[in-house]
Amino acid sequence: MFRHVSTGKTRNKLLGGAATFLLTAVAFGQGAQATEELNALVWCDHTDPALIEPFEKKYDVKVNLKEYEGTGAGLSIIEQSRPGDWDVFVIDGVDVHRAVEMDLLAEIPADALPTSDIFPEVVMAENNVVDGKIYAVTEKFGYNTISFDKTKVDPKDMEDMSVIWSDKYAGRIAIYDYYLPVIGLVGLGLGIDTADLGADDMDAIKDKLFAMKKVSKQVGEVVSSQTALATGEVDILVGGGEWITAVLSEDKPNLDWVIPKQGGLRWAQSIGVMKESAKPDLALKFVQYILSPEGQARLATSSCYWGMPANAKAGVNLTDAQKAALRWDDQAGYLQNSQLYPIPDADLDAQMQDAWVEMLQQ
Amino acid sequence: MAQATLETRENRRAWGFVTPALLWTIAFFVIPFIVMAAISLATRKGREIVMAFNLDNYITFFEKAHLLKGLFVSLEITFTVTIISVVLAYPLAWIIAERVPQKWQRMALIMAILPFWTSYVVRSYSWLLVLAKNGVINNTLLHIGLIAEPLELASTRTATVIGFVHFFVMLLTLTIYANLVQMPPNYRRAAADLGANGFQVFWHVVLPLTLPGIMVGAFLTFVLCIGDYITPQILGGNNELALPQVIMLQLGRRADFPMAATLSIILMAVVTLAYIACARWLKMERT
Repeated sequence: MFRHVSTGKTRNKLLGGAATFLLTAVAFGQGAQATEELNALVWCDHTDPALIEPFEKKYDVKVNLKEYEGTGAGLSIIEQSRPGDWDVFVIDGVDVHRAVEMDLLAEIPADALPTSDIFPEVVMAENNVVDGKIYAVTEKFGYNTISFDKTKVDPKDMEDMSVIWSDKYAGRIAIYDYYLPVIGLVGLGLGIDTADLGADDMDAIKDKLFAMKKVSKQVGEVVSSQTALATGEVDILVGGGEWITAVLSEDKPNLDWVIPKQGGLRWAQSIGVMKESAKPDLALKFVQYILSPEGQARLATSSCYWGMPANAKAGVNLTDAQKAALRWDDQAGYLQNSQLYPIPDADLDAQMQDAWVEMLQQ
Repeated sequence: MAQATLETRENRRAWGFVTPALLWTIAFFVIPFIVMAAISLATRKGREIVMAFNLDNYITFFEKAHLLKGLFVSLEITFTVTIISVVLAYPLAWIIAERVPQKWQRMALIMAILPFWTSYVVRSYSWLLVLAKNGVINNTLLHIGLIAEPLELASTRTATVIGFVHFFVMLLTLTIYANLVQMPPNYRRAAADLGANGFQVFWHVVLPLTLPGIMVGAFLTFVLCIGDYITPQILGGNNELALPQVIMLQLGRRADFPMAATLSIILMAVVTLAYIACARWLKMERT
C-alpha cells in the first residue's frame, strides 16, 4: 500500500508561484495628460478621432470620451460618478425627459443652437424641451429595422417583420442586444404602436422574443452584430439599419436594410450639457461644434456607425456616395413609416429587461 | 521576567509585520464585503434604491428561473473547463518534466505559456475568428472534404469552453509541472523495486504526489473561470448568460446595485464552497 506524501513547502511554492504569475498577467495603462480637459459620456460614434480632433485642436483641449450603450447603462455610469465628473451627455432622444427629471442636464440658450437648420421632423421639441426650456438637441438619427445580406436572403422576405421569428432563416439571424428597439420592433410586428406599448402586451411580446431567439444565431452589441453580418456569420440582423450597413457600403455592397411594411423604429440621439459641469462654456462649444455642418458630416460618417445628421446643412460636407449610403433623398418616406422608441415607466422598463434576460437564457 | 519581556517584544514585532497586511485586507476586502452584503439587503424600487434590509433579492434570485439559470450555466461551464483542462494539462506537464531534456525544459515551459503574453480580450476575439463560419477550422475541414457545411462553432458554449481551456491548460501545466519536478525519483524506483508496474507506480505514487499541484491549479481554474465575464461574453454570443454576465446586466443596464450585490455574494458563496471542498490540498501550514 502506497501512501500519499504531503509536502507543505510544495503547496506554498505552488500558491506563491501561481499568485506571482497571475499578478504579472495584469496589464495597466496610463491616462492621457492635458492642461484642459472635457469629459463626455457618449455613444461610440463620438469616439472617432476624425470627429474629435478638429475640436481638440481648435480649443486646445483634450476631450475624454466614455462610450456606453443604452440609457440605463449611461445613467448607471453617472450614478457611479461624482457630480461634475461629466460635462457633456449624449442620450437617446426619448430619454431626455428622464435625464431632466434626474436634474442632470443644464438649460441651453435657444440662440446658441442652429435649430432652424435641423430637419423639422427631428427637432423633437416634445423630447428635448421641458417647460419651455431646451435641455438637449437632436444631433443624429436613423432606424432600427432589419439589415441583411441581399445576396443570401430574398429581399422580399425582409419586407415582412414576421420573418424574424419564422423558421425560414433559422440559424442565420443575429439580434442586436438592446432591448428597447427590438421589443419595439416586435411590438410593431404584432401591430402595437410603440407609444401604446404597455404591460398587458408583454406576454405576447415575450412569446415572439422567445420564438425569435430560437431561430437566431447570436445576440450581440454593435461591433459583434456588425462583424457577424459583415463576415457572413449571419445573414440577417434584427435591430440593424443604415447605422450598421452604411459604414460598410464601400466594402460590402451586398449588405442592405429595409423598413418592413409594419414599420421600423426611429432612433434619435440628443446631446446636452451636464448641469454640474465645471466647464459649461466649453461644453456648450463642444455641442455647437457637433451641431455645425462640419461636425455633423463627421458625426454622420463616424467610423463606429453612420446615421443621418440632424442638421440639413451637413449635406454640403457629404459626398454623393455618402449621401446615397445614408439614403439622404428617401428620408421623407422613412420618417413617415417609422416610430420613436417605446418610453416605458420604471415598472414597465423592469418588465422589459426581465423579458430580455429571459429571452437570452432560452 | 526576562522571558516574559522577550515574548512581549517578539509579539510586538510579529504584529508589526502582520499589521500592514491586516489593514490592507480590512480596507480592501472586509469593509467592501460588509458594504456589499449590506447593499444586497437593499431593494431597487423603480429608479430608487431603498435600504430595506430584507432578503427580497435572495428570494427573487431563487424564484426567477432566468437568474438561477445563470448560476447553473456558470457551474456547468466551470466544471467542464476544469476537468478538460486537467486532462490536457497533466500529460503536457508530464512530457515537459519527464521527456524533455532538462536544458530544454525552460524553453518548453515558455512555449507552453506563450499565449499568456497576448491580451486576454484579443485572444478571445482571435478564437472567435478561428471558430467562425469562415474561420480557419471550418475552412480547413471544408477544404479537405471532412464536412459539407460549416460547423456552428462560434457563439456557442463550445466556443466559450475552448477559449477557457486554452487559457487554463497553461495555468494547470505550470502548477502540475512544479509538483512533478520536485518529486524525488527514488519514490518511483522504490515502487518499481517492490513490483509495481508502470500504471501502479503512476496510480499509487505519482498521482497522489502531484495531487496538490492538480488541486491548486484546478481551484484557481474554478475561481477564475466562474467569475469570468469576458470569455462567455465574446465567445458565447449571448446565447446563454453565465452569472457574471447576469451581474453585469444588473449594473450596466438597470443600475440595480442591490441585485448585483446579491448575485456577487452568491458567487462568493459558491467559491467558498469550492475552497472548502479543496481545503485539504490548499491548506497553507507546513507539514
